[in-house]
Amino acid sequence: MALTPEEVRHIATLARVGVSDEDVRKFQEQLSQILDYFQVLNAIDTTDVPPTAHTLLLHNVMRDDAAGESLPPEQALANAPQRDDSYFRVSSILEE
Amino acid sequence: MPIDDSLAGLTLHEAHDLLARKEVSSVELTRSLQKRIAQVEERVSAYLTLTPDLALQQAADADQRLAAGDATPLTGVPAAIKDVLCTAGIRTTCGSRMLENFVPPYNARVVEKLQAAGLVMLGKADMDEFAMGSSGENSALGRARNPWDLERVPGGSSSGSAAAVAADECFYALGTDTGGSIRQPAALCGIVGLKPTYGRVSRFGLVAFASSLDQIGPLTKDVRDAALVLQHIAGHDPRDSTSAPVEVPDYARALTGDARGLRVGVPQEYFHEAMDEGVRQKVEAAIAKFEELGAQVDRKVSLPSTPYALAVYYIIAPCEASANLARYDGVKYGFSYQDGDNMWDNMEKTRQFGFGDEVKRRIMLGTYALSAGYYDAYYLKALKVRTLIRREFDAAFKKYDVLLTPVSPTTAFRQGEKLEDPLQMYLSDVFTIPINIAGLPAVSIPCGFSQGLPVGLQIIGKPFDEATILRAAHAYEQATDWHTQKPPL
Repeated sequence: MALTPEEVRHIATLARVGVSDEDVRKFQEQLSQILDYFQVLNAIDTTDVPPTAHTLLLHNVMRDDAAGESLPPEQALANAPQRDDSYFRVSSILEE
Repeated sequence: MPIDDSLAGLTLHEAHDLLARKEVSSVELTRSLQKRIAQVEERVSAYLTLTPDLALQQAADADQRLAAGDATPLTGVPAAIKDVLCTAGIRTTCGSRMLENFVPPYNARVVEKLQAAGLVMLGKADMDEFAMGSSGENSALGRARNPWDLERVPGGSSSGSAAAVAADECFYALGTDTGGSIRQPAALCGIVGLKPTYGRVSRFGLVAFASSLDQIGPLTKDVRDAALVLQHIAGHDPRDSTSAPVEVPDYARALTGDARGLRVGVPQEYFHEAMDEGVRQKVEAAIAKFEELGAQVDRKVSLPSTPYALAVYYIIAPCEASANLARYDGVKYGFSYQDGDNMWDNMEKTRQFGFGDEVKRRIMLGTYALSAGYYDAYYLKALKVRTLIRREFDAAFKKYDVLLTPVSPTTAFRQGEKLEDPLQMYLSDVFTIPINIAGLPAVSIPCGFSQGLPVGLQIIGKPFDEATILRAAHAYEQATDWHTQKPPL
């Protein structure tokens, strides 16, 4: 299951992780090796086996829609890399 | 009592006894531990952040509670907290450049609970970045070492928590375990590490890695201490919808010292050729000890899907991680690259420079496995095999009270040995991973030494039956003295 350099770059783009040429070479080899290892699962018959997403017998945990304490704006913004008044500041997302 | 180095070597419950008898104060105990840290931390590197002033202030508060007769068994006994658990006002880095300067605005539920019990926090413990790793070497900010051999790794991802307990740099520590991250470092450092049932302990304020697998638990010097810490962190929390509304029993009552009649199963699949001979011998000897103690041992148990667990884990955990770690975009908190050409460029460079290689590998693996065309072949397939693994455990637990296995196929390995070979590193968790996949509780306890390095025995239990694995672990511990051995620091 060998990934091509283009595939590695495509995955990196989907994941929004910047990669150098050296990263692409390294991840191409390592990820291919790991994906190869995953092929062991093909040996197992899972016909009619339902998936398990988590192991608790809990479904749709609900609570009353009651107002409670929430984080004050100053605290919520305390770690903001860039802020503007009581907003997170982000770079422009629309092209000129 | 004068401040004495020997205090650092005590267990949590022994330290509590001294406090309760007023033979020592929490401030004295804390200063004694801080002196120990000053002596050995340069070599062990267990902590990412030390909080000496906070610890002394908390110790003074604890002394007031002790004087007022309002103490719990944890009040005033100094501890280390893995740096993946949010501590209000104290930086919480997850061992990552991404969160190097992140100061949480609130406490994790477990930290709140320990504070209510009288926590004295010595500092935040080192860890593999975002809890991804089995050696501690993926920490971007530290490099915890194994107190038994400083050239070797302490295991991971709770590397600093395990090293701090083993080196007597705290009386107990909290860690987290997604695929073995409490039990494997506990085994490699010769201490006790307990991963509770998925849902037993609230994960509110735990920085998420793989949300269907993560669980918080104690690393301690003996089994009684593990029971005490679990008692104080367990329980339902409405802020974690995956925490289970299940009653928490009195764990100390389970510590009867009696293993007679215990139905013990030994799954054959955990004793394959890739295991070190020294590890095999020690684990076999521990199983024989259980027979000697009156347990009914069946060595012919089979859990046939076991060999598939590692692949299942390395699909599910990266898939969940790729979603959880999408939040690190450089906008709300954490490292933020701002000199890029545009918004996407900034985000990609934030993640390129903020994350280390293992985190990137797992994000990319998960992204790939969840991407169009591959979802059924990887993620859905893994979830189906997960069902088979859980069913086999459920069937086994109809016949047995506990299952015994090794914790890790090897003892502590050398630094750098597996760093460039991710798959070899992953194999270090081959015996601990199935337990997370099935959501079960398991404890690692010391069961001997191979060439001077500690070996761990894993005791696996039924969901929400931590009491029985603690009972089994305690009975074995009472009959052996492995847990009292100290590294030559």
